[in-house]
Amino acid sequence: MADKYLELVNSGLTKKLATSLGLPRPSILRRYAPGEALLPGPVLLLGDSSSAQQLADTLLGWGLDVRRHAVGVNRLGGIVLMLDELEAPAELSAPMLAAGAALRQLAPGGRVVSLSREALDTDAPAVAAVRQGIDGAMRSVGRELRGGATANGIVLGHGVSPSAPSALAALHFFFSGRSAYVDGQFLSVDSADGTLPADFSQPLAGKVAVVTGAARGIGAAIAQTLHRDGATVVVVDVPGAGDALAKVANKVSGTALQVDVTRPDAGAKIIEHAVARHGSLDIVIHNAGITRDKLLANMDARRWDSVIAVNISSQLAMNEAFLAAELPGLRIVSLASTSGIAGNRGQTNYAASKGGVIGMVRASAASFAAAGGGINAVAPGFIETEMTAKIPVATRTVARMLMPSLMQGGLPVDVAEAIGFLASDAAAGINGRTLRVCGQSLVGA
Amino acid sequence: MSDTQQPIRPAVVIGGNRIPFARSNGPYSKASNQDMLTAALDGLVARFGLQGQRLGGVAAGAVLKHSKDFNLVRESVLGTSLSAQTPAYDVQMACATGMEAIGSLANKIKLGQIDSAIGGGVDTTSDAPIAVSEGLRSVLMDLSRARSTSPKLKAISRIRPRDLAPNAPGTGEPRTGLSMGDHQAITTKAWKISREAQDELALASHKNLAAAYERNFFDDLITPFAGVSKDTNLRADSTIEKLASLKPAFGKNLGAEATMTAGNSTPLTDGASAVLLGSEDYAREHDLPMLANFVDFEAAAVDFVHGADGLLMAPAYAVARMLKRNNLTLQDFDFYEIHEAFAGTVLSTLAAWDDPEFCKNKLGLEAPLGAIDRSKLNVNGSSLAAGHPFAATGGRLVATLAKMLHEKGSGRGLISVCAAGGQGVVAILEAR
Repeated sequence: MADKYLELVNSGLTKKLATSLGLPRPSILRRYAPGEALLPGPVLLLGDSSSAQQLADTLLGWGLDVRRHAVGVNRLGGIVLMLDELEAPAELSAPMLAAGAALRQLAPGGRVVSLSREALDTDAPAVAAVRQGIDGAMRSVGRELRGGATANGIVLGHGVSPSAPSALAALHFFFSGRSAYVDGQFLSVDSADGTLPADFSQPLAGKVAVVTGAARGIGAAIAQTLHRDGATVVVVDVPGAGDALAKVANKVSGTALQVDVTRPDAGAKIIEHAVARHGSLDIVIHNAGITRDKLLANMDARRWDSVIAVNISSQLAMNEAFLAAELPGLRIVSLASTSGIAGNRGQTNYAASKGGVIGMVRASAASFAAAGGGINAVAPGFIETEMTAKIPVATRTVARMLMPSLMQGGLPVDVAEAIGFLASDAAAGINGRTLRVCGQSLVGA
Repeated sequence: MSDTQQPIRPAVVIGGNRIPFARSNGPYSKASNQDMLTAALDGLVARFGLQGQRLGGVAAGAVLKHSKDFNLVRESVLGTSLSAQTPAYDVQMACATGMEAIGSLANKIKLGQIDSAIGGGVDTTSDAPIAVSEGLRSVLMDLSRARSTSPKLKAISRIRPRDLAPNAPGTGEPRTGLSMGDHQAITTKAWKISREAQDELALASHKNLAAAYERNFFDDLITPFAGVSKDTNLRADSTIEKLASLKPAFGKNLGAEATMTAGNSTPLTDGASAVLLGSEDYAREHDLPMLANFVDFEAAAVDFVHGADGLLMAPAYAVARMLKRNNLTLQDFDFYEIHEAFAGTVLSTLAAWDDPEFCKNKLGLEAPLGAIDRSKLNVNGSSLAAGHPFAATGGRLVATLAKMLHEKGSGRGLISVCAAGGQGVVAILEAR
């Protein structure tokens, strides 16, 4: 499962060889570990936004060294572009060029994050142009960065302040090693809802979280991440996976619930277990999923229907049960996939289910918000799991390296970190959205 | 004794877990008793979130045990996520091991000595202890005692080729030399139990167990092990014709009157089970379910050696005594879980309870205990379908019955387990 190529080009003699041959050299990503610095150096705050000073104060409060100029700084940990008040494309020049001048100082694992506003159909054309232009510019920055550095953006909805809790939480997430494999992406903040955690290392303290499909792979990583972040975790999987599930439950000091999510009473069982045994149900991660790949020309009903039933129909049914139970503040995060965005050969059924998830969260956002909660999705790209380990070595090496800007596959924990962020109360202002965790893969938007 | 004696409090069955039972020398042939018991315990810990907890005690056992497993249960506990401060001990009472372990733990809870416990059992006939012959053992012992070369050589010279043959454990009774099946064949014949009645009971066991799986009854009672997620002995498609076609396996000396086949007798099986018990306060404090009260249990033994009773008839006595103590009749139960060592055992026991003569002469009762409503017997299948890893059967029965009672929401259940050596343990559970 390990990415041998990544190890080889980053160590010893083979590192020298790879460099002299000009081979692509993916970097070891800066991943989160409790207690580590938020950024690998000072943060440069660019842009003339009226909120800049307020943001600078917040960043200082996070213990960061905040600079308004790159002069005299050898190594930058991050660059923040405050672009939320731009009104015409020409105004983008100064901040982008200032960022460009500082890029060479950006440390490995550094972060470039923009703050801008959503382009609306009702905007003046010049306003919409600059706002949409930021999208293209930032994604391009992502493609130019090296050393495991990433570029992402926060898009503020109409009337949402840059210091809205979810905007700050998104900024904190992008800075942190938690977003290691998120690159070239935008998080939209639609409201001023949400509260920042008292302790950023325990954002889920006191929460009861259910993770479906938790016996292995990404699901097991999600359970561990939510547990690390303070949640009490109920792990769910089909009865046949119960032995692996029990091991995960015992690792995260949670409880195991063996239930097939396609059962009509799965939602009721989950609610009953969480509430009876742990007192509440605050978070549900719809991770259970299967693949039954076949070219459409060779597809049969069994393959098609089972994928739809597990990956999307079960989530729709469980969500109805959760809404009917009126669980206060319930936050849901659902697993989509880049296949559901860009398509993938041999995965018409899977892509239909995963595209379905993206549509489902968008259309369910209002209902969950009404109960004080929210629903979002995470779309992983190429993730190193038991499933992808079955892809032939050559194909896998190419897939993980040549496609994404970060030139490597992600790890289950990278997906788990994004899910943990969206599951937290601090992300309450983000609703109905899909965040890609794909290392800025070439596929899709 | 102090005179500040505590009143007796209820012992509650919180839940159970077992690994699927597998026919001997099948999928678990490389698993040890410790592997299987650890897996059953870990599944229970995961189901109820017991990680790091110091429980009042864990008692379990195995009928077929390697001498190196002298501390089997404690060693298993050390391999789980339970607190290492959880005491544990081995129990051994043949096929009643699990019931005795659970019952004695329930007593400790009732007395207020402990608040929580796990009882259960495990057995494997695939990884059975093989011993060296008595001849070789005697030489080896002398060898280890010898101080110089000459006595050592002398000891070695005593080894004969026949001493090299290993001794495998059998299920034969040491005092009669008869296998358990051959013993039961005598009883089955004495009670005039027909082949058809035995085959019908076996078929019902398979059908009931299959239906229980079908309605996901075991989702919170079983955790898969070694790639197995269902009892491998289960034959959901069995028919009365198939069972009727089998040749007798026991009591072959009875000739045409032999009725016991591989179909209406339990096969050798590997597996493990565990049951979580606690006081009401313990369950409430940990937000755990309370499925049933473990009301009472009773052991009995019969003199099968001199032929006064059948080897597996002890539960008939134990039930009579336990009913009297609890002011209950045999008909006061909503479920009967009578361990199907052999279909003949269940049917002989039922016949005995309904027989005025047996009840008067043997049990000392004015009137027979009477018949039971057969629709309440082993309604989710029993050992004929699930298999019977000796010491693990008690845990299977208690957890299954407790869940059935809790689902029903009221009523009482009776458990009856026979055991080698002419023993048996029976118990009463009450719904919560």
